[in-house]
Amino acid sequence: MASIPLDPAHGGHAHDDHHDHHPTGLKRWLTTTNHKDIGTMYLWFSFTMFIVGGIMAMIIRAELFQPGLQIVKPEFFNQLTSLHGLIMVFGAIMPAFVGFANWMLPLQLGAPDMAFARMNNWSFWMLPPAAILLISSMFVPGGSVAAGWTMYPPLTVQQGYGMDLTIFAVHILGASSIMGSINIITTILNLRAPGMTLMKMPMFAWTWLITAFLLIATMPVLAGAITMILTDRHFGTTFFNAAGGGDPVMYQHIFWFFGHPEVYIIALPAFGVVSQVIPAFSRKKLFGYPSMVYATASIAILSLIVWAHHMFTVGMPVAGQLYFMFATMLIAVPTGVKVFNWVATMWRGSITLETPMLFALGFLFLFTLGGFTGIVVALSPVDVQIHDTYYVVAHFHYVMVAGALFSAFAAVYYWGPKWTGWMYEEKLGKIHFWWSLIAFNIAFFPQHFLGLAGMPRRIPDYNQQFTEWNQVSSIGAFLFGTAQIFFLIIVIRMIKGKSGVRAPAKPWDGAEGLEWTVPSPAPYHTFETPPVVK
Amino acid sequence: MSAPSTADSGKYFVPAPSHWPLVGSAALLTLAFGATGTFNDLSWGWPVLIAGFVILLIMLFGWFGAVIRESEGRLYGKNVDTSFRWSMSWFIFSEVMFFAAFFGALGYARLHAVPDLGSVDSKLLWPDFAATWPTAGPYFKDMFSPMGAWGIPAINTALLLSSGVTLTIAHHALLDGQRGKLKLWLAATILLGATFLALQIYEYAHAYSELNLKLSSGIFGSTFFMLTGFHGFHVTIGAIMLAVMLVRVLRGHFDAKHHFAFEAAAWYWHFVDVVWLILFVVVYML
Repeated sequence: MASIPLDPAHGGHAHDDHHDHHPTGLKRWLTTTNHKDIGTMYLWFSFTMFIVGGIMAMIIRAELFQPGLQIVKPEFFNQLTSLHGLIMVFGAIMPAFVGFANWMLPLQLGAPDMAFARMNNWSFWMLPPAAILLISSMFVPGGSVAAGWTMYPPLTVQQGYGMDLTIFAVHILGASSIMGSINIITTILNLRAPGMTLMKMPMFAWTWLITAFLLIATMPVLAGAITMILTDRHFGTTFFNAAGGGDPVMYQHIFWFFGHPEVYIIALPAFGVVSQVIPAFSRKKLFGYPSMVYATASIAILSLIVWAHHMFTVGMPVAGQLYFMFATMLIAVPTGVKVFNWVATMWRGSITLETPMLFALGFLFLFTLGGFTGIVVALSPVDVQIHDTYYVVAHFHYVMVAGALFSAFAAVYYWGPKWTGWMYEEKLGKIHFWWSLIAFNIAFFPQHFLGLAGMPRRIPDYNQQFTEWNQVSSIGAFLFGTAQIFFLIIVIRMIKGKSGVRAPAKPWDGAEGLEWTVPSPAPYHTFETPPVVK
Repeated sequence: MSAPSTADSGKYFVPAPSHWPLVGSAALLTLAFGATGTFNDLSWGWPVLIAGFVILLIMLFGWFGAVIRESEGRLYGKNVDTSFRWSMSWFIFSEVMFFAAFFGALGYARLHAVPDLGSVDSKLLWPDFAATWPTAGPYFKDMFSPMGAWGIPAINTALLLSSGVTLTIAHHALLDGQRGKLKLWLAATILLGATFLALQIYEYAHAYSELNLKLSSGIFGSTFFMLTGFHGFHVTIGAIMLAVMLVRVLRGHFDAKHHFAFEAAAWYWHFVDVVWLILFVVVYML
């Protein structure tokens, strides 16, 4: 990465504050064009949705604490699992990383703001209407989507009008993502500081550049798929109806053309964060920076051509099964490059284990484990046995929670001092890490056993033989849920400066990048005159 | 503009706080509830849907008005211009992918789903189904005729192709500063687009009244009307964009160096042109 010739005193933030008059109070947040304000709103929205989706997960785990029906009716259970997925994917994880991108990309690239500051605010303010639509769909006759977050027909064609609200919510979320991605790509391609060539960019910017490409390539396809569901529901088209010459399996192809890259849309920015954190706390440069860039691009390209590995059990020619199986396993190669590069970065580094590094290491271990189970489910003959079982649930929670969410926690602890001007309390952060790590594994590791033993997913009741591990899993889930309330307390205490330690411009001595050349908290306007990177 | 404009100072233009994004979000929320109500025959559906469109129109006029004022105030420097170019390119790419979903559905239906329904595996369920194209599927007995390629669709192809030429002539006139020629050829382009749309509407009426070809005519009707319908919608948007450009030209906007809005509309127009060519081949001819 670039060596930064700036000293903090001339951090590029403007001394002329004459146009620093922005509205205050609520109006500031409603009308803002400031990337830091918008990043902050993204992050709080994300956390709110994380709690909403988390409460749904808690109800799911409470219902699954013992066999039989205890707390919720089966049809409501199905709505909970569907909405939990949609809310966590579109409402919690994606906005969290867009929030980091909003806050950090202009700071990392030496840009005054995002390329389209006003549209940036619309990208954010589309999210609350989508959340309102999703949540209100639970309260209409027939309830919300109960067909899983994947919204497969024919179930979704048959449901009540809560399904329409869900479809429109996903349309709006997609539009928000496309706008946000165009903004991010343009910012990265056009607003880099003079001298910052693409191959000098921080890895976080690289991963977001490629993620934004994936979003623009696949979100419109999802929009097309759910539009077809909408017209099948209301206008007599038969895209997904075999009686009319259509095919419900066609939906699965179109959906997973979006759905599989979506996994990497979530994972790549997480890789980016980890690629910033591990070098900072190993006090070494990132090992193999160019190979990291090429590996990220390879993962993105491969992710576009492997979708049908989600559909091995719906019926497919053997040649198709073989192709999708081998193409999928090919992804392990660039992913392996990344894992080895992170490990090589730590090799002979002077490592310290502050909270961001702990979460990055937790990510490294558990995401890799999720990657291994990914290779297991990619094997077509094995997948026929474990498709739609708790093994798959365990697999993608290792990727989504221990992967993406842990990386998001690392990002909050790593960049939080830059946002708030205060250090977090290291001891509390460490407790949060170990609490989350242990609870997460108690919750999700047993689900591998349950799945291999044959417990299906999306079922509110189960055979008695599954009871013990379900109870262990539920206890782990409750512990994990409470750990996140603790996280909220840590963040609020950081914002209020309870640690009593003001954050210096660069709180991590091994950290690199332009974001550490501006004071903490970062001034409202930064880099109005671009810095020069040599 | 009393102060030196942002474009001259070399600084990147960052707009002042704006309420338009919020109005846009209100429009989307209202539209979503309105559409849900309308599609499900709820009494409040229509009024809410119309309210949503009204709010959306207010937002579009207000927001684009602000952008045009900023552009005419020369607040956008070279950097912003480059941003616009990148973003319009990526936006058109996203539109390409949207159409790809529907073209993909057509390809999947023709190459896989329909042959599969006529295959030996499906004989038990649909013994009489011959997997030919066009088809409304094995269960739909309502006969229809497909839309022929060499009538109106061929004329429409010629119209759209020539509109691409007239638009390019208009663009060159703008670059050469020939305002009269610019107005003439831009107006001709819009006229060609409007004729295309009028013929498309006539074709739809013809399909419904004489060919018995409907949106509900199985997979053929679904793919035919959704592909041509979304294309027609995009032509409408493109024609509106060009009409706005014409109004701006009449008001004296744009010069040889400063006219990205015009170029963006032209890019968009060429994009709908290319989509139509693919559509003409795979929907009408094959």
